[in-house]
Amino acid sequence: MTVSQMPGPGMLDDVAVQRSWHGAAWKLIRRQPLGAAGLAVVLVMIFMAVFAEAITPFEPEANSFEFMLAPPDGQFWLGTDQFGRDIWTRIIFGARTALYVGFVAAFIGAGAGLVLGVGSAYFGGLFDLLFQRVMDVFMAFPLIILALAVVSILGAGTSNVIIAITIPFIPHCARVVRSSALAIREIPYVDAARAMGFSHRRIILRHMVPNVMAPFLIMLTTFVGQAILLEASLSYLGLGVQEPTPAWGLMLQGGAEEFAESAPWVAIFPGLAITLAVFAFNLFGDALRDVLDPKLRAR
Amino acid sequence: MAMTMPSTHPAEAEALLQVRDLKMHFPVTDGIMVQRTIAQVKAVDGISFNIMPGETLGLVGESGCGKSTTGRCILQLEKPTGGQILYRGADMNGMNRAELTAMRRKIQVIFQDPFSSLNPRMKVGDIISEPLAVHNLISHAADRAKRVAELLTVCGLSPKMADRYPHEMSGGQRQRVGIARALSMEPEFIVCDEAVSALDVSIQAQVINLLEDLREEFDLTYLFIAHDLSVVRHLCHRVAVMYLGKIVELAASDELFDNPLHPYTRALLDAVPVPDPTVEAGREHRLVKGEVPSPINPPSGCVFHPRCPMAIDSCAGPVPELRQLRPGHWVACGEVS
Repeated sequence: MTVSQMPGPGMLDDVAVQRSWHGAAWKLIRRQPLGAAGLAVVLVMIFMAVFAEAITPFEPEANSFEFMLAPPDGQFWLGTDQFGRDIWTRIIFGARTALYVGFVAAFIGAGAGLVLGVGSAYFGGLFDLLFQRVMDVFMAFPLIILALAVVSILGAGTSNVIIAITIPFIPHCARVVRSSALAIREIPYVDAARAMGFSHRRIILRHMVPNVMAPFLIMLTTFVGQAILLEASLSYLGLGVQEPTPAWGLMLQGGAEEFAESAPWVAIFPGLAITLAVFAFNLFGDALRDVLDPKLRAR
Repeated sequence: MAMTMPSTHPAEAEALLQVRDLKMHFPVTDGIMVQRTIAQVKAVDGISFNIMPGETLGLVGESGCGKSTTGRCILQLEKPTGGQILYRGADMNGMNRAELTAMRRKIQVIFQDPFSSLNPRMKVGDIISEPLAVHNLISHAADRAKRVAELLTVCGLSPKMADRYPHEMSGGQRQRVGIARALSMEPEFIVCDEAVSALDVSIQAQVINLLEDLREEFDLTYLFIAHDLSVVRHLCHRVAVMYLGKIVELAASDELFDNPLHPYTRALLDAVPVPDPTVEAGREHRLVKGEVPSPINPPSGCVFHPRCPMAIDSCAGPVPELRQLRPGHWVACGEVS
């Protein structure tokens, strides 16, 4: 905040409204403690994923048979699995996989849905009608079923998993964004842009898209959580990320069922990681919804 | 059916804008997948007028009479269902995209609501400079900023306002931004769609004076759509009165206000209160009976006849044409002379 001198005539123009970064953070913590906690967990996860090598001394993919199924202790904080790999290490490296798949799928899916949804609302008419019916077909499938179908066509592997998760996201985002965009299309500033002879592209991208950011950002955060869960599910079913890449769903599948009683830590900790990650993203998305659109909460 | 207008209008060839038998019928549809048209809202039903360069034509009438729709058709925001709109003799309906884009530089709009006509996510400076960049009128960003400062000054705002967002400004200031945006493309013709209706009276006066000054300075031509008659009389050279999608009377401003001929215009002017309580109390009001009929199913003949104090049987018959009863004074009524 700049402290101006005596406010004389015309001086009021200079008073700039500025919000500092930590001011905003403090406001978030006070108003949305759960959302702030979610955001904190997300930030910690991102930090762990980025600096995974520096955080843990172990190799995520190296087997060491002298430490098979070791219980949690001072050396292996969360124990080891049936190949003697440190679970804490694999969870940290698994965060990298989960966040990579989650963010890429969510951003591409939501981004494509954003442009298609706004475009559909802007052009309207027959294009809108046909496009929405196509979206209906996609939305008739539950997320996991559609993702399964895509993976079974394309085959397993990290990039195919991303495609499989992205495709079902597009119609979900497009539908939500379209309904907001329909309202915006009727607002005079869009008419003004048309009257000034701007291109369709410019009107959609510069004038409509920025004004549907609120529902879009909410979709985006919940998509990341959903994508992490979907990736874990597909990996668990053997259709997602393949061994020996560390991924939480894969860790659950591995020996977890076999050793559920003798070495429960093999299953418990990856499961907790998935739960915590999805929970954190959902809490953050919920808080974002409250901050960006108080009307939605009233229902 | 057609209300053909004044082909004998003086100097028609020099008219900046000619509207000929303009029709805008909106379909009322029903059905889930297959949409059937079950009726039509005749928002604008065959109107014609000319606007001369430098002239301000007022378009008045009550809500829903089609005056805003007329403006939107001229701006090519709606595609008219019938008739022609000629700008400098060129039919805008037959234009391709490039021609239309060029034309749009010449015709601009100022909207009623200063709160929704500016994109809330853009700074004032960007709102005003965007058309300059898009139409490549000024290619350097620094020159554009200079032009924005100029335009803001012309519109009575501080150049510093360029860094503000619309929500940080008052209604009057925002309307000035809307005017600056319209001016940025150096238009010849501006459609003012209820440009002052949303402002309070003191701000209204300022904005009207601004519009007048700009008209002088930049040789602008206005189509001034309004429902406030005193504002229209002050600003407009000629006035067209609309009722239910049709023009019922068209005359020079003073002529229309001093000597209204059509019964609807008379009723409209009668409804304006006199700012003197003693005169107002003693005044006899000739109120029009009933409600405005639906434009989906307008009355036959003269659309005003079910409410008209002067109506006779033949009013339900053929549609009255606009007749010139005095020089430049056109009335669509068979009963007045």
